[in-house]
Amino acid sequence: MSIVKNVACPVCGTLCDDLEITVDGNRVIGTKNTCAVSEAKLLNFSDPGHRNLKPLIRRDGEMVEVSWDEAIKRSAQILAEAHYPILYGWSCTNCEAIRMGIALAEEIGGVIDNTSTVCHGPSILSIQDVGIPTCTLGQIRHRADLIVYWASDPYSAHPRHVERYTAFSDGRFQHSEWESYVARLRGVLGKKRLSRASELTLMKDIPLPAVTGEKLPPSFRTGKRKLIVVDVRKTRSAEHADLFLQVEPNKDFELLQALRLLVKDEELEVNEIAGLPVHLLEEVADALIGCSFGAFFFGVGLTMSSGKTRNIDAAIALTQDLNYRTKFVIMPMRGHFNVAGANVVSTWQTGYPFAVDFSEGYPRYNPGETSVVDILSRGESDAGLIVASDPVSNFPREAARNLIKQPLIAIDPVASPTTVMADVVLPSTFVGIETEGTAYRMDRVPLPMKKLVEPPETCLSDEEILRRILKEVRHLKEVRGET
Amino acid sequence: MRELLVKNGFVYDPLNNIDGEKLDIAIRDGKIVEKTSNPKILDASGMVVMPGGVDIHSHIVGAKVNSGRLLRPEDHSKDVEYKTPVTRSGVGYSIPSTFTTGYRYSRMGWTTVMDAAMAPLKAKHTHEELNDTPMLDKGSYPLLGSNWFILEYLRAKEYDECAAYIAWIMRATKGYAVKLVNPGGLEAWGFGRNVRDIDDPVPNFDITPREIVQGLCRVNRMLNLPHTIHVHANNLGKPGNYVTALETMKCVEGQAGDGKPVLHLTHCQFSSFGGRDWRTFRSAAEEISEYVNTHNHVTLDLGQIIFTDTTTMTADGPFQFILYQLTGNKWVNCDVETETGSGIVPFHYKRKSFVHATQWAIGLELALKTKDPWKIFLTTDHPNAGPFTAYPKIIAWLMSRKARDAVIDRISKRARRRTVLDEIDREYTLSDIAVTTRVGQARSLGLNRKGHLGVGADADIAIYDINPQKEDLPANPGRIEKAFKNAAYTLKDGEIVVRDGKIVKAVDGRTFWVNVKTTPSSIEIEPELQKVFEEYYTVKYENYLVNEDYCKNSDPIVIKPKI
Repeated sequence: MSIVKNVACPVCGTLCDDLEITVDGNRVIGTKNTCAVSEAKLLNFSDPGHRNLKPLIRRDGEMVEVSWDEAIKRSAQILAEAHYPILYGWSCTNCEAIRMGIALAEEIGGVIDNTSTVCHGPSILSIQDVGIPTCTLGQIRHRADLIVYWASDPYSAHPRHVERYTAFSDGRFQHSEWESYVARLRGVLGKKRLSRASELTLMKDIPLPAVTGEKLPPSFRTGKRKLIVVDVRKTRSAEHADLFLQVEPNKDFELLQALRLLVKDEELEVNEIAGLPVHLLEEVADALIGCSFGAFFFGVGLTMSSGKTRNIDAAIALTQDLNYRTKFVIMPMRGHFNVAGANVVSTWQTGYPFAVDFSEGYPRYNPGETSVVDILSRGESDAGLIVASDPVSNFPREAARNLIKQPLIAIDPVASPTTVMADVVLPSTFVGIETEGTAYRMDRVPLPMKKLVEPPETCLSDEEILRRILKEVRHLKEVRGET
Repeated sequence: MRELLVKNGFVYDPLNNIDGEKLDIAIRDGKIVEKTSNPKILDASGMVVMPGGVDIHSHIVGAKVNSGRLLRPEDHSKDVEYKTPVTRSGVGYSIPSTFTTGYRYSRMGWTTVMDAAMAPLKAKHTHEELNDTPMLDKGSYPLLGSNWFILEYLRAKEYDECAAYIAWIMRATKGYAVKLVNPGGLEAWGFGRNVRDIDDPVPNFDITPREIVQGLCRVNRMLNLPHTIHVHANNLGKPGNYVTALETMKCVEGQAGDGKPVLHLTHCQFSSFGGRDWRTFRSAAEEISEYVNTHNHVTLDLGQIIFTDTTTMTADGPFQFILYQLTGNKWVNCDVETETGSGIVPFHYKRKSFVHATQWAIGLELALKTKDPWKIFLTTDHPNAGPFTAYPKIIAWLMSRKARDAVIDRISKRARRRTVLDEIDREYTLSDIAVTTRVGQARSLGLNRKGHLGVGADADIAIYDINPQKEDLPANPGRIEKAFKNAAYTLKDGEIVVRDGKIVKAVDGRTFWVNVKTTPSSIEIEPELQKVFEEYYTVKYENYLVNEDYCKNSDPIVIKPKI
């Protein structure tokens, strides 16, 4: 039995690197410092029920086991014969595999796109519009006295984010506020109990406090850390916040623009914006200006609701405006553990963060035209390679239907709707558990992923599989005299 | 045994006092040797042979550069490179993708390039990109001017501990030199503030930029690092800032014991602004070059402005915020915990802008008024003042008054009236060009194997198709520009990698870093460091370190410190 320390977690973009993993006989048997999501993955990844263990090829509609050589040859053949293949996925693997993937896409003149195309793609387009004032997470830990989660629920999606980097973390100039949060939670719980008890005994309703208050709570008069949550419903994160602003669905843009006006000392001649009273928003604007270091975090609730890129434009512009008055930063809450890495590697090698088209012999980028969902919706591609992702279950229906019509190669350690529909399945290893490599945290801090256990003998790393396919593709092209 | 003989070229090797003589250069296994027995012949008759170009300051890789790439798709689509059988494809005019960066430097005959800044926390990113930058030997400078550990060591005057820390961080990040950007100012920028001058104390840390510069200069000498401290001065890009630049240079005068340089003031054009505001803005090149002409403890590099659309990016967050306010252009800022800041703003330098045109003149005035080319090096602070691909143009300006006059005729009239550039007759010789573009830079970096063609040097050689005996170069600036743009041959480690401005072979260069062998008696700081590390950073100590296998061709330079 051995304990591996300082392990970076291969689940979400928070990329906590303080995990302690107990390994016994090539199995993970214990975890420390993990959240529930992380623990579930680390303890159950090797469940043989859903693991891909042998290369498979579809023959006459049936998947049959084949040798690695044959599976690689078939994959290379599909890709080399295709006129406009797509290579998609990349956010749950390491940077080394992504580099290999880009080399392959270039060699076959295909399109390489990563999952940011369906999550924070609008954030990237927005950064290309207006820029972004941001920082690394430690800067927030040390300095931020005002933290805003907008359309993002860290308690469910990034469980250790608040504890490691924001409201509950301890920094040089700001300290953890977990004690006051516990007190507040107890208060809320007590009121709920009282209300229920009175319902039962007095048959009388004691109303619960309104979801959104009419004015700022007293904590805003201190220099301590404050947490604001803006969302369409009262999430778990919202329960822990000093202030929760319930915005009407699809009204984020209005609310952000209203705050921009207020921050610039303009007057709003209405009583309510996005379901929130203007006099409260005026106080919020004052709090934004009055903090000494503020931080916005936003999630897919902002990027994928009505307005998309425009919402992010407004959020970033608000942050930029606030920098004339105080220090303010903004950061997207990235999902998969290496989705930031997929953007980073793609950018340094091709100049563009996603949706890169090599069909002209050089990198071309025009999201909407060269993004995989759009290519598939138009039915333009003629082969697909999916790495560490499951587009069949989460792409729009038309796109998914076209994806499975064409020859499809899936590189994945586990079975998924995509591997079930694929023509070639290549069993890979788990990055961060069975394979080492580099991944980028949501603030683009690179961290080394560790190898904790030996992978099954029949599985290869994503990088190795791609290297073999690339070699075979080059060989095929040479035979045909194309190079 | 690979042997090559470069025959009959006009050799410019100022370090060995060779000034355009017709000589043969013998190469064996990537090194320059006395004699070869049975070499292949490379006929360089009628051409200029120089050591491969060296760039002391260029932002080519890393987190900030990559954010610049992300920010500017419009910069990329206008300048693309197709895939060829030997090269990878790429894009980018002012911030090319990594492969393209390597190829473009190589086509101009450059073989060694130092990346100007890396945040230590993101050092792995820098090295991953360096690995994807072919054709060049390279290194990178960790940003240390606002690092909490250093501020605290220097405040307590613990120079030995500070030296041990710097030795550690060079190993931990695989860094090459101590880089200071707006010393102290970036810590202040963490709360949106800045320092006003070199005696304005850093908020919360009770130390002045002067103490930081002096302290790090002292520590740098204690450690015997190959390069001096590399300083981007406070108040960069503000009218009247030449005073700050002068004070920064003066504050280490006392440390120049053995006549060797102790401080490198980088992209000095941006630190040679006179006047009180943008209206009274003027060139202070006179004041700066006069100081440099009379003192031997500093070297400079230019940061020469090119009239073009480029992307400014520095670790100087507050300066970038000023540019954002000035231009209203899109703005990226990224502060890095415990260490530094950074910012990016696209910028268009225009001939008809009084300020930009004056900046253009300042750079050339500095280059021409500083008498000794060993003290001032050609850079554009790529991509801040313009992309490195403009070096041939600048070489033409330096070598030809005619080329300068042609530009002066087209710049803002107000700037034309105020500049003294049209009164300067000096024209650089080819030997001066060799010094300012490679030899001097290699010496300042302490790279003994680079920047000369003596026996034992790396066979990194640039051959340009110009005949100094037959051609009147100053009268023909177009010829100069063309020849330096497309090297006739570039040799990397004795192999021909470029022929007629085209890549014929793709090679990977080395990554240089400084490995300071601390002596047994030296202070052990690592246990203490590990203890406070988690209070300072959001990553674990172990995960912060860059292992040597992050460098594709690691080439540590082993240093014995004087302590």
